[in-house]
Amino acid sequence: MKKTHNVEELQAIARTTRRQIIEMITAAKSGHPGGSLSAVEILVTLFFDVMNHDPSNPKWPDRDHVILSKGHGCPVLYSVMAQAGYTPVDQLHTLRRLGSMYQGHPDVRFIPALEASTGSLGEGLSVGIGMALAARLDGRPSRTFVILGDGECQEGQIWEAAMFAPYHKMDNIVCIVDYNKIQLDGFVKDILDLEPFAAKWESFGWNVLEIDGHSIPTLQKSFADAAAVEGKPTCIIANTVKGKGVSFMENNPKYHGVAPSQQEMELALQEIG
Amino acid sequence: MPAQTQSERSKYELKLGVATREAFGKALLELGRENKNVVVCDADLTKSTMTTYFAKEFPDRFFECGIAEANMVAIGSGLAAAGKIPFVSSFSAFVINKGFEQLRATAAYPHVNLKVVGTHSGISIGEDGPSQMSIEDLGLACSLPGFIVLSPADEVSMRALVRAATDHNGPVFIRAGRPKVPIIYQADQKFTIGKAIELAPGTDASIIGTGLMTSEAIRAAQALEAENLNVRVIDLHTIKPLDRDAIAKAAAETGAIIVAEEHLVDGGLGVRVAQVVAETHPCIMEFVGIENTYAESGSPEALLEKYGLTSIRIADAVRRAISRKR
Repeated sequence: MKKTHNVEELQAIARTTRRQIIEMITAAKSGHPGGSLSAVEILVTLFFDVMNHDPSNPKWPDRDHVILSKGHGCPVLYSVMAQAGYTPVDQLHTLRRLGSMYQGHPDVRFIPALEASTGSLGEGLSVGIGMALAARLDGRPSRTFVILGDGECQEGQIWEAAMFAPYHKMDNIVCIVDYNKIQLDGFVKDILDLEPFAAKWESFGWNVLEIDGHSIPTLQKSFADAAAVEGKPTCIIANTVKGKGVSFMENNPKYHGVAPSQQEMELALQEIG
Repeated sequence: MPAQTQSERSKYELKLGVATREAFGKALLELGRENKNVVVCDADLTKSTMTTYFAKEFPDRFFECGIAEANMVAIGSGLAAAGKIPFVSSFSAFVINKGFEQLRATAAYPHVNLKVVGTHSGISIGEDGPSQMSIEDLGLACSLPGFIVLSPADEVSMRALVRAATDHNGPVFIRAGRPKVPIIYQADQKFTIGKAIELAPGTDASIIGTGLMTSEAIRAAQALEAENLNVRVIDLHTIKPLDRDAIAKAAAETGAIIVAEEHLVDGGLGVRVAQVVAETHPCIMEFVGIENTYAESGSPEALLEKYGLTSIRIADAVRRAISRKR
């Protein structure tokens, strides 16, 4: 697998990722395009630039861990894992079918290279903390990256975990919130507002970075900043656009959990380029 | 009645030993000394769950999670996924009920090597009352695919089964109690997960006990000897997977099975045993457990008596079962 710091190369991978997301969800006729598209730059930057990992040796003990706590966004994870060489690209279209390794939510039984089975919201940060504690105990350099949805932060367990990591000075864990402002029933602010969101994480003791979650250079700098912080975990609040890259999906709550039609797919692929 | 059989039952002196939670804490300390991969999480109850012994000797491998059981269980799953052998412990009522979703989604579903120990189970916690009592835990734990569920009766079996749980690769729930309980086993007794132990032979009926009801089952069988009733006693220390052979054999050879548990009858061991009986060798059954209610405050002894969890009530059930056979 080729890693790169080159922004244009990463942007090209992001384009391919968006295409694959649209194609696989269209083929599956169900899935969650909006929250997959919003997290593309986050995952591409992690897998192809930031993380220490080896797709030919997925259980390498010193690897960095990534957990997609917002498991419904798995098409983006499947796409980057396939492009990185963990799983076959030519099977992506089997998403959600009986027997497919690309299950409706990430499932370690089907893809052992996954770090965690997710989908029941609010639990990935705690699991990531467990992995990070194990790494610290063993003296391994592994870092743990947990990607949270914004709606997911309405779960109480997130805040149990948010209390734990800073108290234990866990600077080997980074959580990234895909703050696309939309959940299934509508806009987050109309359902159960998270604001003041950054202040909440700060008051819990996290190093908080509020950034543009679609800017790859900004993501690169933020992950570097997080790595340099000692004695506290970092929360990157990535301001994103739900459905990013497909005009009729952007900021549209409908596309939280509705697959594109065949015509919509063709339009979307034209826009993504 | 053969004298041999009488001595099999009367050999149990049932001297009071330590609580199973105490035996758990000591076993955990021993395992911690032997295996550096053993780590422990607790939720502000170390002095009650007895993880305190481990925590004091191995502070680096002990994680105090505070009163946040959901987070604790999922942290345990993360530790397990990263190669540790984590024990997460709290009162059974809290770790099972507040942590149940995390037990389902982060432990059972990905089948990680997590060990869950619920102490202060049943109603014998006593004065603290129903909010702290765990009478649903066996049913809930057994509903999780792939989980091993253990319910040791005394300090000897707890110590051995904590070790067996550590050697087993996969999720395990262990149920422990608050009060001191009688010692049933010799120190060198061997235990195998999934293999019931016949404590006394018998042909008129079989009592299957688990947890602190096992010693009550022995007492009931001892008392019934005076009525010339020859009652088998089985300790079912493993609730899941059940020892189907031992149950089928008891059903076939004695024609009546009485299950005694400090748990709700609904969803409890009795229901699980009845399934095996129905599938193998249908026979008369009676159930001694808590009937569709929450208990209250009181001394453990008073509560066990009021809610029918005594050798006297087990003996009543045995007599009923035997009369139904005729």
